[in-house]
Amino acid sequence: MNDAQMIQTDRTGLLTQEEIRQIDAELAHIPYKSGAAIDALKIVQAHRGWVSDESLQAIASYLEMSAEELEGVATFYNLIYRRPVGEKVILFCDSVSCWICGCDKIKAKVSEKLGIDYGQTTADNHYTLLPVPCLGACDRAPVMMIGDDLVTHLDEEKIDQLFSDNQSGGDQ
Amino acid sequence: MPTIYVDGQQLSVKEGENILEACLNAGIDLPYFCWHPAMGSIGSCRQCAVVQYQNEEDTNGRIVMGCMTPVTEGARFSLSADKGTEFREAVIESLMLNHPHDCPVCAEGGECHLQDMTVMVGHRDRRYKGLKNTYRNQYLGPLISHEMNRCITCYRCERYYSDYAGGTDLSAQASHDHVYFGRHEAGVLESEFSGNLVEVCPTGVFTDKPLLKHYSRKWDLQSAPSICTGCAVGCNIAPGERYGKLKRVHNRFNHEVNGYFLCDRGRFGSGYVNSPLRLDYAGLRKLDGSFQAIHQQAAVDTAAEWIKGKKVAAIGSPRASLEANYLLREWVGKENFAAGFSDREGQVVHQIAAILKTTNALCPSIKQMEAADAILILGEDVTHTAPRVALGLRQAVRNKAHQLAEQAGLPKWQDAAVRNLAQDQRSPMIIVSPLDTRLDDIASELVSLGADDIALFGSAVAQAIAGQPSDNSMANRVAELLKEAERPLIVSGSSLLNNAVVESAAAIASALKDSDRQAMLSYCVPEANSLGVALLTEESESIAGLIARASEIDVLVILENDLQRRISPSQIDQLRSAGAKLIGLDVLENELLSICDLVLPAASYAEAEGTLVSSEGRAQRYYPVFTPAAERMPSWKWLLDLPTACGHSEISKLTHFDQIVEACAASCELFRPLTKVAPDQGFRSHGLKIARKTHRYSGRTAINANLSVHEPQQPIDHESPLTFSMEGINRDQPASLTPFYWSPGWNSNQSLQKFQAEVDGPLRGGSAGQRLLEPQTETFKSTASTTNHFKMQPSQWQLVPIYRVHGSEELSAVTEEISELAGEAFIALGAVVAEKLGVGEGDGVIVSHFGDDQSLEVKILTRVAKNCIGYSAGYAQTLDFRVGSFATLAKDPQWQRRTPQLIATDGGNKRPPNDWQESLHV
Ligand code: SF4
Ligand code: SF4
Ligand code: FES
Ligand code: FES
Repeated sequence: MNDAQMIQTDRTGLLTQEEIRQIDAELAHIPYKSGAAIDALKIVQAHRGWVSDESLQAIASYLEMSAEELEGVATFYNLIYRRPVGEKVILFCDSVSCWICGCDKIKAKVSEKLGIDYGQTTADNHYTLLPVPCLGACDRAPVMMIGDDLVTHLDEEKIDQLFSDNQSGGDQ
Repeated sequence: MPTIYVDGQQLSVKEGENILEACLNAGIDLPYFCWHPAMGSIGSCRQCAVVQYQNEEDTNGRIVMGCMTPVTEGARFSLSADKGTEFREAVIESLMLNHPHDCPVCAEGGECHLQDMTVMVGHRDRRYKGLKNTYRNQYLGPLISHEMNRCITCYRCERYYSDYAGGTDLSAQASHDHVYFGRHEAGVLESEFSGNLVEVCPTGVFTDKPLLKHYSRKWDLQSAPSICTGCAVGCNIAPGERYGKLKRVHNRFNHEVNGYFLCDRGRFGSGYVNSPLRLDYAGLRKLDGSFQAIHQQAAVDTAAEWIKGKKVAAIGSPRASLEANYLLREWVGKENFAAGFSDREGQVVHQIAAILKTTNALCPSIKQMEAADAILILGEDVTHTAPRVALGLRQAVRNKAHQLAEQAGLPKWQDAAVRNLAQDQRSPMIIVSPLDTRLDDIASELVSLGADDIALFGSAVAQAIAGQPSDNSMANRVAELLKEAERPLIVSGSSLLNNAVVESAAAIASALKDSDRQAMLSYCVPEANSLGVALLTEESESIAGLIARASEIDVLVILENDLQRRISPSQIDQLRSAGAKLIGLDVLENELLSICDLVLPAASYAEAEGTLVSSEGRAQRYYPVFTPAAERMPSWKWLLDLPTACGHSEISKLTHFDQIVEACAASCELFRPLTKVAPDQGFRSHGLKIARKTHRYSGRTAINANLSVHEPQQPIDHESPLTFSMEGINRDQPASLTPFYWSPGWNSNQSLQKFQAEVDGPLRGGSAGQRLLEPQTETFKSTASTTNHFKMQPSQWQLVPIYRVHGSEELSAVTEEISELAGEAFIALGAVVAEKLGVGEGDGVIVSHFGDDQSLEVKILTRVAKNCIGYSAGYAQTLDFRVGSFATLAKDPQWQRRTPQLIATDGGNKRPPNDWQESLHV
């Protein structure tokens, strides 16, 4: 089957047992299947790192939505990744408190260390760098998240330490 | 009626409306984008901002959105306060940040709501110097072109396509400054109503793709009030012409019929008017079978020579005007005139006409159907047999939502809130059909039955309503649902060519009427004038009857009717060998004409005037958009000239179209209102005729300079109050005479509101057309018996026609884009049958039917009644399939998949052709 044929057929089979189990657990709480759209996207992303076209189509058919309807949801949220990301996503806060505390310089340092700008992934696929508007940790600004970890009180030294063993710097 | 104050002016406004509507109703220009009269308000564009004041002392005021603010007694607003005018200008300026400055190459230019609003707010100079967003456009099929850079994020497209029309393959994607409206990936838009995006989008994002191939600006088009001939619904259209080509079809508002929207067949199916298959000259068949072109007069003389003193008979046409059919019948006499239906089609359509003439139920307009609070559909896939009606039914099931909104005190125009409140609660819609239908997604009950069983089911429902429930619990339940409604609607039609189905629908409607419900009964019939011809002819000779006695006939005149679509090849042979001279009048070449002795070129609907009677029983007039090229003539003119040349005493007294209308109106009681359908030739508005061309029409003196540098004389219209020129007026005339919408400052189609009596109300001077059928007194009882009509042999399948918006209708199917969308003929099977045969979607199956084998592509259905299979109706390959007859099936082992990229489900979903480029502006 070519791609176009795949789209219309039931692609639920592309979801793993575990993903389906977790989505079902969400479905148990809501009256409309499409209401689980965000959770299902998060679940699949947690397993696969990002949501590919194929995954999106599979979730859509499982939730009895059209791919377009789910696409509207998936692309609305910046933290649903519709393109591949590195093993860890760095969410770098560039909002007001962090800006006042000099996050611009730190961002430059991160970019220099890793050799990537916003929206890019290191060549070794370890990191993807994305901006985020406020992580809710203004009292410890400037901050960023590396994967699930919040790193606070950033300064250039800290960046040096954090990425000291990074191999990818300068590769790009 | 509340009183409000707008800039000190005291206005009496309608209870429940919003400030934007109140302003527009008072003739005050308040700019807007996201609000749409048929779709209400969501307050997303912020363009309709006005300043509201607390009271007389308040001089500060605050900004509110006009479309989101209900009128309240004594409320005070200002449009002229600086705060408001600056805000509105700022909105346009911010929309312009990303909007390209490409009006000169934009198809919307000259009829763009964004241009109009920009001028209206006075925004002139761009201050933004930065980069603009650029988007990747999508291939959306052959009908709609996509240019996302022009989007102003009003959300109208998505709200129309998904919320209003029920489409699922177009959505709003992403967020903040990069919102995108499109599909998940490139491909043909699936909705049968996608073309309305062209008019709904206030900018040039979604534009008419076929028009782009031979583009002209709105101001350069010559337009006329016209009626769509794509089906029997009778939508009002405004086709536009330039350089002798029909360029495009736009919606022409009729409050009762199509409102603001058309189906894609109606909008894009007129390409055949420009087809190389059009006949230009009369042709006389020579002995060797080839045709010799002859002039009009020679053709008339030849025909007269053949006919004078001889026996002449005729076959009429359900797709030709009432006038042409009437003249033809008057000429040859009732007993020698076949209405032009196939035998079974004639039985069903005549029965529908007979029912509608006498029934106590209302034969509703689409507007009336939209008010239905319960719907039962018997045996029709309405989306494909009466498309615009189906769009109306989608609105009708929302009455539940409106009811909930009313209880919650929400105005109907609060669109997002009303939809949120109702979620998927809908008014009941029960669909009883042999196969899937395109309305299944909004149905509350789906019942899959073969044709005869549908009739039995219908009778059981009728009896249950009348208080005699049967042991069919589903029928009893449906009866209950219908009885709970105040305005129940029964929809059926001629698709299954089954009289018992048609009768049972009438019986249900009558039973409801007898239980004091405002029962409505609507039938889908096959062609633009099927009902008109049926009403004209009552019972008439059948085509088969005429053929059977063809040897006694000297000359047979066939009006706009490709008999191949109606009779079997053996009957055609019979006709050919009978020895009668055949005179064929038609618009396009077809096989039947090749056996005619004399062929006469007929003008298309776009080059002729005529009256059509829609399935609502509404008689409506269409006018020529441009004069016929070469030696084409409207059929009615041929049918004046021919009998006159033959010395017909009555017809030779007539010379003008209006006289034929009068004669036709006088011919029977029912047709009396025909003279009131539209004003006669003598009508003048402010002393002037109505101009078909805009007053900005360019190049009139030079348009034919390649042929002659002398300015050609403008053709004179002797038959109507319209001119083929820019001289004249387009203001204050009755709706039936409005060729296009334009008003100072309002160049886009939104200028329509200047022609309406009130926002979303009928046009000033009333809705076009005359209803011929009003409820009478007769109560119908169904006669469907409980005996099974057929005995099924093992492994035999009953053929059920599947009609398609694209492909099933004869003339539109000749249009390039429509034929592309129609694809190949097919056979549709349920999953179980398919599995038994070992075939899947896209495989081939050999269908044996009356000793004939056809190899067809397989489509898989989701819902199918026992022993039923579907086939593509109206496609050349399956023309000989007979509705309801039996076929056997076998897998075709030789089958080569024809269209690997075409997939399967309804609407098809094609990838872009390989050479397609993502953006037109590289
Ligand atoms: S594409 Fe057109 S209708 Fe849709 S949001 Fe953009 S401007 Fe509005
Ligand atoms: S519903 Fe019928 S009449 Fe209306 S636009 Fe479509 S084809 Fe034409
Ligand atoms: S602004 Fe950076 S955490 Fe709030
Ligand atoms: S028209 Fe009122 S906010 Fe868009």
